[in-house]
Amino acid sequence: MNFPCPLLAAAAGTSGGLISIGPLDYVIIGIYFLVVLAIGFYLKRYASTGEDFFLAGRKMTAWIAGLSFISANLSSLETMGWSAMSYQYGMLGAHAYLIGGTAPILFLAIVMMPFYYICRTHSVPGYLQLRYGEGSRALAGVSFALLMVLVSGASMFAMAKILHLLLDWPVHGSIWVASLTVAIYVTLGGLISAVFNEVLQFFLIWFGSLLIPILGLIYVKGWGRMMAAIQENVKVIHPSVHNADFTCLWHNLGSFDTNPMGIDWFGMAFGMGAVSLAYWCTDFLQVQRVIVAKNLRAAQNGTLIGGAIKMLVPLIVTIPGLLGLAVLTTKSGAPLVLVSETDAAANITQHTYNDVLPLLMGKFLGPGLLGLGVTAMIAGFMSGMAGNVSAFATVWTYDVYRPFLVRNAGDRHYLSVGRWCSILGVLLSIGTAYSLFYFSNILEFLQVLIFFFIVPLFGVVIVGMLWKRASPAGGFWGFLVAMLFSIGMWCYVHTFPDGFRPQPNIVLGTGAVVQVEKTGDGQSEKILRVTVRSGDVRTTNVPIPQAGREPLHRGETVVGSAEVLLPAAVGQSGHSAPLRVLAPEVVLSDSKENDKFGVDGVPVVLLPGVEVHAEDVTHYFAPAEFNPAHTKYIARSEKAKPMAVNMYSAFWTLLLSLAVTIGVSLCTKPKPEAELRNLVMGLTPLPDEGPCPWYQRPMLWAALLTAVLVAVNVIFW
Amino acid sequence: MHDEHQVPIWFFIGVLLLIYGVLIAASGTYGAIQPPPVEQRVALWDLHADIWWSLFMAAVGLFYCIRFNPLRPGETLTGDAEDP
Repeated sequence: MNFPCPLLAAAAGTSGGLISIGPLDYVIIGIYFLVVLAIGFYLKRYASTGEDFFLAGRKMTAWIAGLSFISANLSSLETMGWSAMSYQYGMLGAHAYLIGGTAPILFLAIVMMPFYYICRTHSVPGYLQLRYGEGSRALAGVSFALLMVLVSGASMFAMAKILHLLLDWPVHGSIWVASLTVAIYVTLGGLISAVFNEVLQFFLIWFGSLLIPILGLIYVKGWGRMMAAIQENVKVIHPSVHNADFTCLWHNLGSFDTNPMGIDWFGMAFGMGAVSLAYWCTDFLQVQRVIVAKNLRAAQNGTLIGGAIKMLVPLIVTIPGLLGLAVLTTKSGAPLVLVSETDAAANITQHTYNDVLPLLMGKFLGPGLLGLGVTAMIAGFMSGMAGNVSAFATVWTYDVYRPFLVRNAGDRHYLSVGRWCSILGVLLSIGTAYSLFYFSNILEFLQVLIFFFIVPLFGVVIVGMLWKRASPAGGFWGFLVAMLFSIGMWCYVHTFPDGFRPQPNIVLGTGAVVQVEKTGDGQSEKILRVTVRSGDVRTTNVPIPQAGREPLHRGETVVGSAEVLLPAAVGQSGHSAPLRVLAPEVVLSDSKENDKFGVDGVPVVLLPGVEVHAEDVTHYFAPAEFNPAHTKYIARSEKAKPMAVNMYSAFWTLLLSLAVTIGVSLCTKPKPEAELRNLVMGLTPLPDEGPCPWYQRPMLWAALLTAVLVAVNVIFW
Repeated sequence: MHDEHQVPIWFFIGVLLLIYGVLIAASGTYGAIQPPPVEQRVALWDLHADIWWSLFMAAVGLFYCIRFNPLRPGETLTGDAEDP
């Protein structure tokens, strides 16, 4: 599931390539591009009508629908981000695939899919129009179309930055090559092209990733030894939560203190439940993959196939994160400590949580296999982009353009609009990606944007499906109020009435000459003091002492005849904050060698002649920071981590969406029953699709999947 | 949908996996015959995972190529032609 993940924050940092690939790896990547373009050109002849282009001709088999359904979600942000989550939160990361994955997919397959399929809608906003009327459809259509291109752009931006970080590839080249390839194959083949490439991506991801857990578990000598190594290593890797249990799913959720996420069982069960139900059951990008199946049975079975595979995804996501805790070591054999993106040393001297999967790839995969792993990563990004663009084209053409702009044109006209929309979607995505280079602080916002929209939408859709009394006014206001409430809650937890002052920091300019005083050796080496001999520095929230004058808080100056001492800690907002020193590319005065480091809480001396650019920053609204005084009202604990806050926010939003939809419906006039046929429970007879062998019965597989889901939760309790 | 022979997605997948499998197996075999310096070897290099994993990949690819051969009568894009 695409929860807001710290992976996007990796975009902030750049360095040389983390892994290096050879000629064979480039050949493997090149072949992938040729094949996806060949598929696009081949499929053009099969996308000759609107139904072909937007709905893949409604011909998909259960297997294609199921694999595409799961692949649309299995992007590289997902695999890398959730490996990082498992490194950070241990086994709790697997909940996203169990109670947050397979469980809601089961619900979609058995409860909701019959309504989506039988009403023959082309989209989730299309269902809203049938069930509630044009108001709800317009709200959902416009919001969804915009969200798709914004999310696609954010994904593209992340891809370019991550490929630069991992492989040192140029960001502009990555954006344009990937975008043009996606534009070509989606414009030519429409949804069928996007779906086929998602199925292709599925195989690449599994063949490119599955070897890591296999070799990792051989390397660590089995599951039991891995868990023992984890509990031993987290004392070093995560000292702030060293007492927390990283090795179980539920046992450690009795209180906020006994697990690394700072959440309790209620938040996990209901918060995760709300987010995941909304995501899997009403995010049109997902639902579109299965409503294009050739019949209801194939749609349900396809969804169940997706649910079964979802339960296997922890093999390639959670286990690598856990292996990162157990097997990654320094040259001296000590556990390798990966740090948060906000750490002083992140991307300078220390790798970050997000690097756990690439580090394992570099450790276990040789030539060719590494290229396959990188190809899987690129394929994941590109198919995610293609999914967003094709969903944008469908929703814009069917739910905005046709009902509100040009009503009665022919099929060829709408097909042409769809193709142009695909190109427009890619261009808007590129524009979004480039705008993020200048406004990278809105990345956090873009990641959660989708949750403002789909959680309220789920509340409205599920009430509409299960209760015939739900009225058009109830649907509209339930959706709008809950969406505004969700946005309001997000603003609230990121608001700082007393002001948020970023940690005082000093960034040493490229080529600055420094002297670093250290103690200890190897892992125990500590920096005691940094002296900047020449060059320039940028400071934030650090008062610069000036002889005979008030300290400089903002502006520019050159250190005069006397050296300036910046203390190891700076007083701000009534407490003392450590000074963060970032030196991404400096020259050591003793050896004349280049060096880089990042450290908190050491004094810095500026010698005469050093140029200083000082800033003084106070934010009253900070999208990347959570105000603990506010989060305690949302997530029931000041210790709640961002993930816990997001889950609780989703839960409250869903409750409000249900309450408003039901409340307003009770006071307003419902649609007549004649207009609700094939849309609501009790008025939707299931079609007779003829006899089928026992192994094609959805209920049988749903029961089996439920039993396995329960068993997995019990085994890893 | 259309009358001419159609190439199922599974065939494209089979071809890609087969090519990848053969390329990586060849590279792995060469690496086993001419081992790289110790410092350039990945962890568990001696298991030669690149060889057996790529052969498995090639076998899956070959299966898909044969099973979803586009020359099969009535084959469709989604590969759901009835078996003769």
